[in-house]
Amino acid sequence: MTAPATEDLLRELTPQVLGALVRRHGQFEGCEDAVQEAVLAATVQWPAEGVPDNPRGWLVTVASRRLIDQMRSDHARRERESATATEVVPEDVPDTDDTLVLLFLCCHPTLTAASQTALTLRAVGGLTTAEIARAFLVPEATMAARISRAKQRVKAAGSSFSLPDGAEREERLRVVLHVLYLIFNEGYTASSGSELHRADLAHEAIRLARMVHAQLPEDGEVTGLLALMLLTDARREARTTAAGDLVPLDEQDRTKWDRGLIDEGIELVKASLAGPALGPYQLQAAIAATHADAATAAATDWPQVHALYLVLERIAPNPMVTLNRAIALAETEGPLAGLALLSTLDGDERMAGHHRLLSVRAHLLEKTGDTAGAYEHYRRAAKSTGGIAEQRYLESRASRVRT
Amino acid sequence: MKFLISMHINPAVLDALTDEEKAAIGDGHGKFIEALKKSGELITTQALVDPSQAAVVSVRNGQPVVTDGPFLESKEYLGGFYLIDCENKERAIELASQIPDTAIEGLGVEVRQVMFADGQLEA
Repeated sequence: MTAPATEDLLRELTPQVLGALVRRHGQFEGCEDAVQEAVLAATVQWPAEGVPDNPRGWLVTVASRRLIDQMRSDHARRERESATATEVVPEDVPDTDDTLVLLFLCCHPTLTAASQTALTLRAVGGLTTAEIARAFLVPEATMAARISRAKQRVKAAGSSFSLPDGAEREERLRVVLHVLYLIFNEGYTASSGSELHRADLAHEAIRLARMVHAQLPEDGEVTGLLALMLLTDARREARTTAAGDLVPLDEQDRTKWDRGLIDEGIELVKASLAGPALGPYQLQAAIAATHADAATAAATDWPQVHALYLVLERIAPNPMVTLNRAIALAETEGPLAGLALLSTLDGDERMAGHHRLLSVRAHLLEKTGDTAGAYEHYRRAAKSTGGIAEQRYLESRASRVRT
Repeated sequence: MKFLISMHINPAVLDALTDEEKAAIGDGHGKFIEALKKSGELITTQALVDPSQAAVVSVRNGQPVVTDGPFLESKEYLGGFYLIDCENKERAIELASQIPDTAIEGLGVEVRQVMFADGQLEA
């Protein structure tokens, strides 16, 4: 295992080195492979021989050589005589930060979300294929194929190595943020196997969001997403018991919440809310900040949470938002009002048989005193969920209302 | 998301197929595996020996009792499976529909999401 300091340095340098290479040689696909090989070489050599004086230059040199070797062997048969291709002598890497450009490429709209996340983690996050495969609990060969296919698609789409303009840029940035959000969730909702690796995914998503935020400090949604991640991650210690059982928000030991992350998150929320336009991440972060502000569950400012969900529902209508608003409404106007709002979702195909709809209804029925209805819905929710920790939790709620 | 696509076979149905039909099933699986590998969606696939070779194990009063299988008294048996990692359930169903067994009456192909996973997946 590489020393953490070396690993951090490598991850930080990866997008810079890749950006420098692509600027010089084009062909994102080949450069990405070459950088990955250079990073692997560094993880072997640096701990043994010490970090070079100019680590970025070292990586650019090694990656350039790999790339040229690759180009030579590709052309060897056809162009043997021209095999004296000029050796690249790396000049200083330009100061331009290519992180954003790379993120836009990796989160290309023609890719599936699974491919976008994998490619982003490798090309921008500097993780190895093996690490990404472990994090997603798939064999390395599966992940390697996925990344390779993703790069072919990016190539086929004919993307140029530059930031898109105007409306397209705005749209593509939303995709990037969504991918970072997915990476975060993948780590945060870990319920099986190598939990350590999956927690790393949440940290990696935060690190990438920080990089984007550093590039676009004025973008409210970027700030909002980073704040949302920090405020959510702050609750990590409190949201499961030592045995791995889920602890709902209202039962969490709030002294276990990470104050440092909360303070930083709240500051970011405040800054982003001062901006001109409000987006979904900002609103979700504002909701998370409202919860973080409450010393106890009883002290939660539910009218504010409800008002924020109402705005969120208006700008980004989605049954899941309505579902969450029903929880807030139940707190401000009673469980019957919450149940009435839930019933508006019954005809929504996206929510048919969804475990969250069943579990929220169970929860609200429990509050009205309808234990039989609550039991029935907790049981159905437990059967419908895809998460084992959530299933255990829902089953325990079911047996709790029955007794 | 991970899904198990299980293939429930009926030996009587398989026996009634012509050699060409049997060969086509084999080819279809081969192509399906190649495509899954290329797209980075295959975790592993395995096929099982004939159900007549199964042993059913139970423990009574602390003593293991082993009897000849199969456990289920049924015309169909689990013949093999694909463990895949793909975008969502719709994609899993789309992939399952490419399995040749789906076109044959009496053979069952079932898609279920994986809920818990642990251990090495290098197959």
